[in-house]
Amino acid sequence: MKKGVAITGMGIISSIGNSVEENFDSLLNEKLAITRIEHITTVHADIIKVGEIKKTNSELVDDLKLTAENNFSRTAMIGAYAAKQAVKNAGITSINEYRTGLISATSVGGMDMTEKHYYDYFTNPELVKYISCHDGGDVADKIAEELGIKGLVTTISTACSSAANSIMLGARLIKSGKLDRVIVGGTDALAKFTINGFKTLMILSDDYNKPFDNNRKGLNLGEAAAYLVLESDEVVEKQNKKVLARVSGYGNANDAFHQTASSENGDGAYLAMKKAFEVSGLKPSDIDYINVHGTATPNNDLSEGRAILRIYEDEKVPDFSSTKPFTGHTLAAAAAIEAVYSVLAIQNGVVYPNLNFETPMEEFDLKPHTSLKNKNIEHVLSNSFGFGGNCSTLIFSKS
Amino acid sequence: MKKTYINGVGCISAQKTFDTIFLEEAVENNTETVLSVNAPVYKDYIAPAAARRMAKGIKNGIVASALALKDANSENVDAIITGTGLGCIEDSEKFLKNILDNNEEFLTPTSFIQSTHNTVGAQIALNLKCKGYNFTYVNGAVSFESALLDAKMQIENDEVNSVLAGGIDENGDYTISLFKLAGRVKNELEQPFNFLTSTTTGAVHGEGAVFFVLENEKKDTTYAQIVDVEIKNNLEENEIEGEITAFLKTNNLQVSDLDAVILGYNSDAKFDSYYKNTAENIFAQTPQLYYKHLCGEYDTASAFALWTASKIIKTQEVPEILKANSVIRPAYNTILLYNQLSGKNHSFTLLSK
Amino acid sequence: MEALKAELKNKIIATLNLEDIAVEDIADNDPLFGDGLGLDSIDALELIVILDKDYGIKLVDPKEGKTIFQSIETMAAYISANRTK
Repeated sequence: MKKGVAITGMGIISSIGNSVEENFDSLLNEKLAITRIEHITTVHADIIKVGEIKKTNSELVDDLKLTAENNFSRTAMIGAYAAKQAVKNAGITSINEYRTGLISATSVGGMDMTEKHYYDYFTNPELVKYISCHDGGDVADKIAEELGIKGLVTTISTACSSAANSIMLGARLIKSGKLDRVIVGGTDALAKFTINGFKTLMILSDDYNKPFDNNRKGLNLGEAAAYLVLESDEVVEKQNKKVLARVSGYGNANDAFHQTASSENGDGAYLAMKKAFEVSGLKPSDIDYINVHGTATPNNDLSEGRAILRIYEDEKVPDFSSTKPFTGHTLAAAAAIEAVYSVLAIQNGVVYPNLNFETPMEEFDLKPHTSLKNKNIEHVLSNSFGFGGNCSTLIFSKS
Repeated sequence: MKKTYINGVGCISAQKTFDTIFLEEAVENNTETVLSVNAPVYKDYIAPAAARRMAKGIKNGIVASALALKDANSENVDAIITGTGLGCIEDSEKFLKNILDNNEEFLTPTSFIQSTHNTVGAQIALNLKCKGYNFTYVNGAVSFESALLDAKMQIENDEVNSVLAGGIDENGDYTISLFKLAGRVKNELEQPFNFLTSTTTGAVHGEGAVFFVLENEKKDTTYAQIVDVEIKNNLEENEIEGEITAFLKTNNLQVSDLDAVILGYNSDAKFDSYYKNTAENIFAQTPQLYYKHLCGEYDTASAFALWTASKIIKTQEVPEILKANSVIRPAYNTILLYNQLSGKNHSFTLLSK
Repeated sequence: MEALKAELKNKIIATLNLEDIAVEDIADNDPLFGDGLGLDSIDALELIVILDKDYGIKLVDPKEGKTIFQSIETMAAYISANRTK
């Protein structure tokens, strides 16, 4: 097994908590946070359920101590909120002391502001400052500024696998010696745009999402941001840093099957997991817990389940669960919050329950773990799949 | 460590570049504030049944990538890495307007699906049945360079042998009107626009799709080697020279070793000073080239610059229309590209024969 | 019924951008998906919106579309029986 890249800090804000500790507490105590939508006015308010961050925009402005003239989108605010936590958690005081980069991820960037002001820009000059928020890179730009990073800053947008890919790029940049330190993760605020987009695809559930259940009806959307600090072994050694866990494997592959749907046999997912095992030097049987993508859409869970069965062939599939019943599907942030949950699983030796599960799927014999379980966890595999057949797998290991 | 070679190129731009040798048919337009692509006949490249749902940007991306593959005598690649500032913005506009105009009713999925930033890279993969690595970068003016950096790193690490890397952006009417409102587009009344001596703010905008086949070995079709790519989110004007000198030094070069420098002048006087300062100082004795008067400013316009640099190194010819000064060299073997947008997202790309 | 069928053919061609297909090319019993007209699951979602917007029929489960959208014939029959506008 290869050593992997050190994770030395984490930060998160989601519907189940405004810090790593709060999120972990909710996971342990089955406090899910799927509710009716409060911060966005939508005609679907009585039908859909979402995982909404409890803070309003003005509370976030206060938390971040932004000026009244700021032009932060909600996506940028929750991103900066989580990224600052991560940097603090990693004990970083001088951000540019080492070659430091930021790899962010988002699906619709500052769409929350664009959709709010779209037709008012021409009549209200005060709103013009928000036009530039639409750019996907605006979020990373703002986070970099908040953190004072001067260096390699970029953004990945591959729909729902985005943050997995930002972690992957970050690990690769450290391994290649291009950077000493990189802050990686993703952020997405709820927006009318995505709510309606998923509605047109008819994959939103009007109930609580039930991953891997035979009667699953679709997903609940959520909003979140999470960032991790990755550092080279040289920096870890020099600063005598505590390593929370390591990114030991990663893989991205394309299903090349359909614009939005996953293939029947989960080719892309299978290839992504296979690559991650190759990179890590681990075998499927080394995995103690799989944090599945498990969005609870009919298509995803079937395709992902089949891909997992292909990876494990005759072997026993390890304990697995989807944490999306807690948080909803947070799109480009999903893989980042699930990376935080994976690290916490390793640190604390827990398998999270796959809430809302009742009936096994008829297509195969796969049952997610439905209650909290304590056991030693050395390696966690985390899947994230997105539109455009984008499939990513990360493996996290005990340091 | 393996080297990265540009072995095939495909370019759709505001100029006729998809079936030309180089820029022999290029025409400078100094009256329009927004340049549109000179489009190929899509039906020659994409079956109508497949094209019926495709946004303009997807079509341009598919054609540009098909041209690059053909140019490289390749049929497929190990990875597809795309850069785009705003993705298929026309479909984003359409979906958002439908939401707002119809009070969230009677919406159809097609424009939502296309609005996803990675839709171009995904459609290229779907067309080629390419199951390899597929990333899309969306970070303003370094979207394309992020793709290049990623591709180069994976080729160097021997993770892949070949990559299709490209930059694509399209104009959207409403977005352009918002850019105009925000002062990012030149005022029509100020034409004719002169990119090198502009004293007014705002840029001439454009769109395009440029793809490259990058491989780890030299072939008959090779244009140039990508020696290095560097991205910096923020630099002050007075830091540019030092940054460039240091970048060249890490590659064992100095300014006098450069046979040309390609600068991203976009006619916005407020930020063109970043280029002008270097042009008047460290690059005073270096052939200076510019290109956005041909393709317009857009987040991935620098992919057009890489296309011109590749062509120059391969043909050893510098079209007059690109020249920003009169310095010439007997040969063009080493070229530096420097680009930024509004003082942010700086990139330095070094090419050699 | 014949008028409705012609109307549906025109709508399908226009909504789904079937540029190279004419109304005459679609027979009432031709399969719309797969080997026939070659429509796919995204088109099915577009057709569901046509049902809602133009005929006041709301489908909740996309799977219901499978039987309704077999052909112009089945689609017209379903609309005639269930339309609210």
